[in-house]
Amino acid sequence: MITEQQRLVRVQKFATRKRVNIIATTLALMAMLFGLFWLFWILIETVRLGIDGLTIATLTQMTPPPNEEGGLANAIYGSFLMVVLATCVGTPIGIMAGIYLAEFDTKSWFASTTRFVNDILLSAPSIVIGLFVYAVVVSRFKSFSGYAGIMALSLIVIPVVIRTTENMLQLVPAGLREAAYALGAPKWKVVLSITLTAARAGVITGVLLAVARIAGETAPLLFTALSNQFWTSSLGEPMASLPVTIFKFAMSPYENWQKLAWAGVFLITAAVLALNILARILTRHKS
Amino acid sequence: MTQTSLKKQARSGPMADKVFGFFAKLSAVITLSLLAAILTSLVISAWPAISKYGFSFLTSTVWDPVQEDFGGLVMIYGTIATSLIALIIAVPVSFGIALFLTELSPSWLKRPLGTAIELLAAVPSIVYGMWGLLVFGPVLAEYVQMPLQAAFAGVPFLGAFVSGPPVGIGILSAGIILAIMIIPFISAVMRDVFEVTPPLLKESAYGLGATTWEVVSTVVLPYTKAGVIGGIMLGLGRAIGETMAVTFVIGNFNQLDSLSLFQAANSITSALANEFAEAGEGLHQAALMYLGLVLFFITFVILSLSKLLLSQLRKGEGAKT
Repeated sequence: MITEQQRLVRVQKFATRKRVNIIATTLALMAMLFGLFWLFWILIETVRLGIDGLTIATLTQMTPPPNEEGGLANAIYGSFLMVVLATCVGTPIGIMAGIYLAEFDTKSWFASTTRFVNDILLSAPSIVIGLFVYAVVVSRFKSFSGYAGIMALSLIVIPVVIRTTENMLQLVPAGLREAAYALGAPKWKVVLSITLTAARAGVITGVLLAVARIAGETAPLLFTALSNQFWTSSLGEPMASLPVTIFKFAMSPYENWQKLAWAGVFLITAAVLALNILARILTRHKS
Repeated sequence: MTQTSLKKQARSGPMADKVFGFFAKLSAVITLSLLAAILTSLVISAWPAISKYGFSFLTSTVWDPVQEDFGGLVMIYGTIATSLIALIIAVPVSFGIALFLTELSPSWLKRPLGTAIELLAAVPSIVYGMWGLLVFGPVLAEYVQMPLQAAFAGVPFLGAFVSGPPVGIGILSAGIILAIMIIPFISAVMRDVFEVTPPLLKESAYGLGATTWEVVSTVVLPYTKAGVIGGIMLGLGRAIGETMAVTFVIGNFNQLDSLSLFQAANSITSALANEFAEAGEGLHQAALMYLGLVLFFITFVILSLSKLLLSQLRKGEGAKT
């Protein structure tokens, strides 16, 4: 039996605990709204200011000198070219290394070191990748070039693809592999036509996320591909890209440049978010 | 089939296997050597500056490309100050978001809300930068900086933090934008580690009559401590290495003469982004490479710590970035 006084103390304690709980959960809700608030603010401003600058000329004309009409065609083309080629270079290496970590060697010190280094590279500052490519390519050949830009971007693709490939291959049930081995299939065939095929959606997601990541990357291109005011298909020359052009235009005092920069920001955000959402839809049923 | 063709077929397996295995291993070796290659090339390119200044580079505030005299303290200070502001804002918010997503949200809302927060991480940093400079900066100046300045104008110690021109550019705005950028990373890790808490533990606590907050603060948080700190470190690593968003809003001002959070400053990444392409070969470039090396070293240490802490919790788990 408890006395009346003890009962009152308990009731009071309970009220305090409840109050603390309400405060904590309200704060959590507010944190959630705080996060969403920025997303919507950024998206709304991007759309509002971006649509304004977006015309047919933006997609068909070259980047203009200050205070003249023009578009972003060469920057869009340069970005497109470099992103596609960097993906083509980085993806096979990433997938093969992911296969190695998941199928060939899961436990040795070499594999765990590689995994560790890969995780560091995944979050390493991308501007350092730019410095690295500058040091080994640009300063050696004495010129900024599209090739250097492609190399920098592909170095960002590799860790993303390795990570998703490895994770996705590990999700494939061991029974599938064993069944294939039991039928006498060689290892390369088991990996390529059984496990990799089973993990296909996840691996494609990884590649899409990598593409989304490099499409918006500016820092590694600043001193590798540099920029170019004109149309060029030659990868040996400096090459314009959408992010670097946006950077140059947005920091300028010229109104038409800023307007084009907003149009570019709109294009890039739309593309990157679309890729991200597509990647999520691809793996939805998996989880 | 004849005897020989059978043998041939049997052999073609192992041969192809060897080739396949070789390429797989080669790709892993490429990745592994990348880190070593980055470090080596940075050290070699930075060598003129390293041999001239040694470690005094890290404590000198002079940055004079004309006189060719360089020191990195201004940038290092800018990087650390902006990242700390980012952490101060992002950690509690991320914790709240993770708490909301794991314990409070109705299950049909979990996925869309989680995705929305993850999309914050997907927005390219250049978009944050331009938005920060042209949209957020002016708003911050008018509705936060000016009132703060008015309020703390005469106050001795605090006054120093809010002095300087309230133009929406500088350490504070860079820190706030970094916070928004790292919230998705920290909250994703926190959410993932909260979810590995065994349901039995949580249900026992709920069964004893604990409130949601008590379950999170006395059961979930102690259980996932290492992972939570790992997630914070991951966010810190991201904030320190973030380039474009900071370059837009920090103001690129190479002087360290006040404690003010409103003062334009410079960070390692923005100094690199702004100066590197124009820097002549020689000491200027080497000094910038030295800064890059410092940056890489700091992020390497922080990310390694984060990885170690996270691996304690997530052995065998499909980890997210």
